[in-house]
Amino acid sequence: MSTVLDSYEQWLDGAWVTVQLTVYGCALALVLALAFGLAGTSRRWWVRVLNRIYVEFFRGTATLVLLYWFFYALPLVGLKITSPMTTAVLALGLNVGAYGAEVVRGSINAVPRAQYEATVALNFTPFQRMRRVLLPQAFALMLPPFGNLVIELMKGTAIVYTIGMVDLTKVSKNIQGFSGETVAPFLAVLVLYFVIAQVLQLFIRYAEWRVDRMLGRRPSREPSVSTVAAGAPGAGVSG
Amino acid sequence: MDWNWDFTWEILPELLEGLRTTVIATLCGYVIALVLGLVWTLLRRSPSRILNQTVRWVTEFIRSTPLIPQLFFVFYVLPSWGLTIGPLTAGIITLGIHYSTYTAEVYRAGIADVPKGQWEACTAINLPRSRVWLDVILPQAIRRVIPTLGNYLIAMFKDSPMLLVINVSEVLLVAYQEGGRTYQYLEPITVVGVLFVVVSVISSILVRRLERRYATT
Repeated sequence: MSTVLDSYEQWLDGAWVTVQLTVYGCALALVLALAFGLAGTSRRWWVRVLNRIYVEFFRGTATLVLLYWFFYALPLVGLKITSPMTTAVLALGLNVGAYGAEVVRGSINAVPRAQYEATVALNFTPFQRMRRVLLPQAFALMLPPFGNLVIELMKGTAIVYTIGMVDLTKVSKNIQGFSGETVAPFLAVLVLYFVIAQVLQLFIRYAEWRVDRMLGRRPSREPSVSTVAAGAPGAGVSG
Repeated sequence: MDWNWDFTWEILPELLEGLRTTVIATLCGYVIALVLGLVWTLLRRSPSRILNQTVRWVTEFIRSTPLIPQLFFVFYVLPSWGLTIGPLTAGIITLGIHYSTYTAEVYRAGIADVPKGQWEACTAINLPRSRVWLDVILPQAIRRVIPTLGNYLIAMFKDSPMLLVINVSEVLLVAYQEGGRTYQYLEPITVVGVLFVVVSVISSILVRRLERRYATT
């Protein structure tokens, strides 16, 4: 146990790598999710096809396979990404972004049709319609599944262990390597991940509370089948 | 560098062998996840506060920590407690337990979705508890969540390459070793990627069909 506590500096460094990956990955995923999610609600068929290709491809591959491909295969075709961090963020962001795009598309489609008709009746421009009416309401629907995705992405960062980045998982493996202990380092790393996840949960709860208040709604407590389904790593919001 | 088709055909049988291991691990893990998930859900409904809160936090803990350190834990810690298991078994157990915490959440939502009138009707006709669960509530709840459970099968399949960290020779590890042997990583890893997309897309289509078949509305 003492070896685990003595190497607190390594733990901190590892945690910092994990947090960085999570934050950058989320940022990339959010941008991609919004861009491709909105593309999925477009009236032009070729824009929707773009959304389908992105979603089906990046949702279909495993993150680890994607990471290996970026890390080992991509340099061979001439595209060299210099830092492992960038490679990992790309793999995580592209993958989670695909799930996010489905959430965005599903949420916008789930806003009651009458809201859309009202904006047409009031002669809103398409931009105003999105910005003022559809997105704010869709946002409340997106948040719970987005929250799940953020946790999934944080958990996904552990895969960088396989390309030699020193994140929390790698630190635990190192400590196990030189101390020979198994229970203490692996339990410690799980607890640290759990703490990070709980902190992220707090942020998500706060965001949900803010958005619900903004729309004058009451936060819903029990998750319904559709929210659980939307957070499923294999799923999107149907409809 | 150019794509080498001869090399691709040469490694394909080995990759498919690796894919077989991946599929076996996924399916065995899935069985554990389906059964254990239901156990978690039912335990969470137990009237004992200590029991249901313990289950709640244990499942929350397993769900919010990554699979890879969990694999390490099962693979390296269990032997030191005198339980020696092979990498594949350790992988299957970990995958199953990890995803059981997800399926538990799915079952829970499914049970909550069963109309209240069904419960009241059970009370009104004085059905015994076992029949309430087995003949009334679970058949309706599970029917509702079959598509979601199907999605988790796909999710597990996509997480199974992580088993390579404890040296399970699943498809990605085989590809990586082939690449290391010949210094040609492009073909093996790309083929694995394509295999994953193909399997995932086909299974998503199947799940969508399930969704339509079991649609409640």
